[in-house]
Amino acid sequence: MDVNSPYLHPEYETLSREEISKLQTARLQETINRCAGVPFYAQKFKEMGIKAEDIKSPEDVRKLPFTTKQDLRDTYPFGLAAVPLTDCVRLHSSSGTTGNPTVILHTKNDLDEWANQVARNLWMVGLRPDDVFQNSSGYGMFTGGLGFQYGAERLGMLTVPAAAGNSLRQIKFIKDFGTTAIHAVPSYLTRLYEVMQEQGVDPRRDTKLKTFAIGAEPHSEEQRQRIEKMFGVKAYNSFGMSEMCGPGVGFECQEQNGLHFWEDYYIVEIVDPETLEPVPDGEIGELVLTTLRREAMPLIRYRTRDLTRVLGRTCPCGRNHVRLDRMKGRSDDMMVLRGVNIFPIQIEKILMTFPELASNYLITLTTDNDNDNMTVEVELAEMFTDDYARLQSLTKNVTRALKDEILLTPIVKLVPKGTLPVSEGKAVRVVDKRKVYQ
Amino acid sequence: MTIHQLSVFLENTSGTLVQVLQQLKKANVQLVAITIADTAEYGILRIVCAEPLRACEELKKAGIAVAVSDVFALELDNKPGCAADVVELFSKVGISITYVYTFLYGGKGILVFRTDNTELACKTIVENNLPYISEESLAQWA
Repeated sequence: MDVNSPYLHPEYETLSREEISKLQTARLQETINRCAGVPFYAQKFKEMGIKAEDIKSPEDVRKLPFTTKQDLRDTYPFGLAAVPLTDCVRLHSSSGTTGNPTVILHTKNDLDEWANQVARNLWMVGLRPDDVFQNSSGYGMFTGGLGFQYGAERLGMLTVPAAAGNSLRQIKFIKDFGTTAIHAVPSYLTRLYEVMQEQGVDPRRDTKLKTFAIGAEPHSEEQRQRIEKMFGVKAYNSFGMSEMCGPGVGFECQEQNGLHFWEDYYIVEIVDPETLEPVPDGEIGELVLTTLRREAMPLIRYRTRDLTRVLGRTCPCGRNHVRLDRMKGRSDDMMVLRGVNIFPIQIEKILMTFPELASNYLITLTTDNDNDNMTVEVELAEMFTDDYARLQSLTKNVTRALKDEILLTPIVKLVPKGTLPVSEGKAVRVVDKRKVYQ
Repeated sequence: MTIHQLSVFLENTSGTLVQVLQQLKKANVQLVAITIADTAEYGILRIVCAEPLRACEELKKAGIAVAVSDVFALELDNKPGCAADVVELFSKVGISITYVYTFLYGGKGILVFRTDNTELACKTIVENNLPYISEESLAQWA
């Protein structure tokens, strides 16, 4: 570990495109061999007549079948395991509110490689073992907790698992422990700044903060810049998803011009979500990832449903790993709000349990004072009362039931029947007015 | 002893009130009193009218969500302190008044209110011989 080097893993980070290509070919072949032990893949490979030797270049990944979230649900919980469970040491699971949860297994090596990826990212943005890293992200099943914890420790930083919330305590830690770096969802950092102001704490004067890692919820360039100005820090965009391990998959370098996706760990494809054919660099399509190092649960051509585009394959920072734009949206109807993934069907399911409510509803996502909010407008089935208190308690009960389901508190508005737009065929249920995807 | 009051759920946006009133006009419904209280997002329009049940059907036909509830309408003498005296009678026996509004009817003040205990309110009205408006007298307006 040379603290003066800009690279933690120069042997991988500074590979030329040609070298990356060679490495990926070899690792993709290994992955295919590993998948041979997974009936789901073995059968597909057999049907398609694919063998590891057929892979001559990373582009040959296109010969392989896609994997979807539904496949993960259908094989719940351990159907995609490529090693015996006794070789696994951790699993992360989604909440599963829209059906079977998705489960991702990790061997000891998987956790090791995951920590390496996160450590590489944090090193890339200038963090070193003498930094103090406060992880203000949810722990537990949410991979942003343990993912950053292990990565920051791997780098050698003093790591504070502060977890999410409790701003007064967060601020005390920042001051008392000399925290220099924080990982959090961007909307929380705005909140933290508000509390600092209320407490008379000036982050530039009273703290040693210099670097933020932000991610897990879509945010705009403007929002990033505002956070940087508030705290006087540099904030770097982080991309992760539990299916790929968690945070660490992609991260901005100090150029802050797109996220480097680590091609020694993943094959990155951008495809047209309709035709599933590759789109040219610069054009927006769906991000598809193939794991190259994962032992417990290799995933082939996993459809992330995130929309983005290739910005370039070289960078002034000396890393030739593909640079992707911040996520531009979703190719399904999933919403990401304050780090929580929400499908409209979850909202619908709850609304339908209230006989006072009609079936027409509209979800609007907005950014108000840097906070992302969800408003749920729902029509009253009929006027069941002449009493405000009853309407207010209905609003309260709906809000609480939704919060139990999606773990966020939406703003619930009752509206008269027939006032929400009814569209032909597929109803428009979600209006995203946030600036994040622009 | 009670009269039917209509309650319409309204979005707190321009044009919603006139929509309901236009429907009532079309149906040739004579209004006696209307009142509206609002929160940030919505309001409840309360209507006292001649032929409230017919009016209710007409509104429903037009796709407007409407509820019918029983409220009391007491006649007050036109002198200071009348309302206080009447409300005190209910208060004394432990009746809570959910909401109240007034209008003029034949030169007399009318106090409209809903309580949390209809039975006890009826008893109080009878015992104190309070003059109340019946649905039949409202129908004369039609």
